[in-house]
Amino acid sequence: MHIVVPVKLVPDLVEELVIDASGCALDPDTLRLQLNEFDGHAIEQAILLKERGGGQVTVIAPDLEGVDDVLYTAAAKGADRLIKLCDHFGQAVNNHAMARAVAEVIKPLQPDLVLTGVQSHSDLDGSIGPLLAGYLAMPYVGYIAGVTLSDGRATVRKEYPGGLVAELEVTLPAVLGIQAADQPPRYVAFSRIRQAMKSATIEEQTVAALDTSGGPAVARMYKPEVAARATMLDGKPDEVADQLVALFRELGVL
Amino acid sequence: MATATVPPSSATFSKSFYASLHEIPGGEKVRTCLQCGTCNGVCPFGYLMDYPPGKMIAALRAQRFERVTEAETVWMCVSCYACSQVCPVRIPLTAGLMTRAKEELLLAGNIPSELQIALENTQRYGNPLGESPRKRADWAKGVKPRVPIMSEERRPVEVLWFVGDYGSYHPRVQPVSRALANVFNALRIDFGILGAEEVSDGDSQRLAGERGLFEMLAAKNGRAFSQYEFKEIVTGDPHAYNAFKNEYPRLGIAYPVRHYTEFLAERLDALKPLLKHEVNARVTYHDPCYLGRANGVFEAPRQLLSAIPGIELVEMPHNRTTSLCCGGGGGGMWIDGFQWEKAHTRLSEWRVREAMKVGADILAVACPYEAPRFEDATKTVPGAARLIVRDIAELLAEAMGD
Amino acid sequence: MSQDIYVVIEHLRGQVADISYVLCAAARQLAAASGGQVVGVLLGHNVQGLAQDVAVDRLLVMDDPQLADFIPDRYQQALAGLLSAQAPRVTLFGDTSIGAELAGGLSVQLGWPLVSYCRSVRADDGRLLYISQLCGGKVMAEGEIPAPHALLAMVPGGFQAEQGKRTSPPPVETVASAAVGGRITLKQYIEPESGDVDISKEAILVSVGRGIQNADNIEMVQELAAALGGVVSASRPVVDQGWLPTTRLVGKSGKRVKPRLYLALGISGAPEHAEAITDSQTIIAVNTDASAPIFDIARYGTTLDLFDLVPALTEKVRQAKQ
Repeated sequence: MHIVVPVKLVPDLVEELVIDASGCALDPDTLRLQLNEFDGHAIEQAILLKERGGGQVTVIAPDLEGVDDVLYTAAAKGADRLIKLCDHFGQAVNNHAMARAVAEVIKPLQPDLVLTGVQSHSDLDGSIGPLLAGYLAMPYVGYIAGVTLSDGRATVRKEYPGGLVAELEVTLPAVLGIQAADQPPRYVAFSRIRQAMKSATIEEQTVAALDTSGGPAVARMYKPEVAARATMLDGKPDEVADQLVALFRELGVL
Repeated sequence: MATATVPPSSATFSKSFYASLHEIPGGEKVRTCLQCGTCNGVCPFGYLMDYPPGKMIAALRAQRFERVTEAETVWMCVSCYACSQVCPVRIPLTAGLMTRAKEELLLAGNIPSELQIALENTQRYGNPLGESPRKRADWAKGVKPRVPIMSEERRPVEVLWFVGDYGSYHPRVQPVSRALANVFNALRIDFGILGAEEVSDGDSQRLAGERGLFEMLAAKNGRAFSQYEFKEIVTGDPHAYNAFKNEYPRLGIAYPVRHYTEFLAERLDALKPLLKHEVNARVTYHDPCYLGRANGVFEAPRQLLSAIPGIELVEMPHNRTTSLCCGGGGGGMWIDGFQWEKAHTRLSEWRVREAMKVGADILAVACPYEAPRFEDATKTVPGAARLIVRDIAELLAEAMGD
Repeated sequence: MSQDIYVVIEHLRGQVADISYVLCAAARQLAAASGGQVVGVLLGHNVQGLAQDVAVDRLLVMDDPQLADFIPDRYQQALAGLLSAQAPRVTLFGDTSIGAELAGGLSVQLGWPLVSYCRSVRADDGRLLYISQLCGGKVMAEGEIPAPHALLAMVPGGFQAEQGKRTSPPPVETVASAAVGGRITLKQYIEPESGDVDISKEAILVSVGRGIQNADNIEMVQELAAALGGVVSASRPVVDQGWLPTTRLVGKSGKRVKPRLYLALGISGAPEHAEAITDSQTIIAVNTDASAPIFDIARYGTTLDLFDLVPALTEKVRQAKQ
């Protein structure tokens, strides 16, 4: 069983986001990147599957700031092979371009399973998973919390809002969008990451020029206005209750 | 909590663990354990642990140490040093046995999920709260005169003030940092802070079993220290104090360090004339574990409080070496939920009850973990709502008319 | 090539999802600018009578036993056939566990660009524009909806569901199914567990703090939550007292929540609590202390006593629902 996990690095929202001078992108100099949270679950799910049924886990990431830490941490958790996609990542890369590039790297690996995080907060042109499945001509199921493998098939639990779960069977090879791994991503002691930095190797693969068609152009990027403090509602209990009911309606909860 | 594999049950594990204890200063004393059980009795959460320190040593001797790591109640240990303090043969129980046991659980990936978040935050941001490292000096905005940041000053200073994680970021402790800055300014202390170059001292992470992370943080702080000229480090955080005094030197990072209470107590002559405003209150002082028991600083905080006009200083039954832990040490700060599930009580509440019993109006503290923890406890202990929790720095600033 | 705006009506087990109406509302705005019609597409089996109140000009129904349940590849094939034949200007999907994967797959299959996290749309001088929320809503991106064809995956917030409803049923046309059995099959549905609710997944939380004073007052709050169709959660003091189970605890040591509405009653907003509710869409706080930090993160607030407000509010909500 060869499981490939392509991951994405996304802006860390702990830091203030700054719009660049062009007014249509985030300023890369102030941006801090981190592993997309759902991709962390995809890595965990891949390692859990490997621990249960054997196999190999390959993690692929674009060459952006912090990528080495992400890959070595994955190795410390149990990933076998680390691939870094190099060149062309200075420019804005959308998910269509990323999915095309990743598909080219994945094809020769002939994986049985490709796991991706179901989404990231910066997917302006759709999440990676279904796009990648399209380019690889594999089936895709997303919003998955729970995967088991047997006889060339994956049985997955797809989540719908409200808690309903559909159990689906998917013929492999396939791409799955992971919402949550069977267990929360494990903690890996810092000493283990340091060990991985010494023992694991990161393979660099050059990607051909990126094709960004399929995503929209951004003409303007801006921050939504946020009220610094609550708008205070005044009046007698009945009057405030009326205002609240109107608010509930506006919010679509009534 | 992630269920990860614990080390295989075997005498080998017990033997290698036993051997590893000897690498800690004084660690060989574990051989001399009398099995007197004093440690089990004095441990504030000992009654909840399957293996309190003494029983842990018994399991080790029986070569069944895997039972200890399987039980995972070692996460109830708040590294308060109470056991180490009472041990008649001075076995380093906190620094050695308990911390090593946590390290084993952590290496096996078997840690409370809350702790995992704090440790991952520390790995990523250099602080357990998960705050932006760029905002580490934001607390100082508005302090006048301005709080000097070393990278901007580019000049030698007398005092490098290590503000610490909670002093930098926690909304209840930021005012303590501002109060201390005002006190320093009033005394015309030549000081500077590291700002964004400062990272967590890492001591509580170390005592929670994350030695590798501690070493990484120490190296980062060490690099920052080495870039600047200063005579000594002063900190308001007893955990940082403990790290710089007792742990960093072993990693080759050695600087003189004092807690702010020691530093200010030495300047009482200059300080006293500034304390013009009376603080009319009955005040009791809580000895932080890492200032008191672990490092023997008992009198400086009391001298400062006594210097404030109007204050009547009273002692709680548990004071100095027998002080009760606030519950925040050794990672306790980050596993409140886990410990609550096991204990259904909080150590901070015991302390607040004791403060109430001696009729205190103000519970004075000197550690950044304590103001938030005790203030929280005053909300749940019946009748404790009137108890005010203040850091000594805040009381000094108030007496200066701040 | 047509100027029509297509809406893929989302439904699950006989219920049209709210997002479908939001899509219709957005589609109306786009169609007004493009000069086309709003066309609904309903895929399923035995779906007659479903989606009779969606605000579309025409409803295309593809009824096929193969489409009885949502099977991603079958639905994608069925839609690919229809869309490539009809070539609408824009096709709208919910950015959901159904729509998002269809839109992604179709973007590659049809070679049509995709815009996701779309919160709103507008027309400017004949051009159709999208407005998407990125980075958890911290940044908005705006640009032209690519021509001649584009797919839009929409999130709620920009339009009200009410705007996408109509009172008379739309004209219905039946279209042939192009669904092809594929490599994905449904084995079974697993119903949500009947244990206690998972507050991290609830859309409406009425949360109580120390201000509730005692256990007997919880009932009053439960009535309000029931009227709103939400559940009661709590800050730590309330759970510590045993007035509500730990499953209801919101905060550092409890759960992080992300409801559409978080109604905080008598909660001061200590950091340990505040950090767990920042993902809420709207926070409304009720606290007699005007300086409580909860008002720094709430969108709306009132300093009325909750004991005065809650009964009145429950009554008004009940009336509004009738």
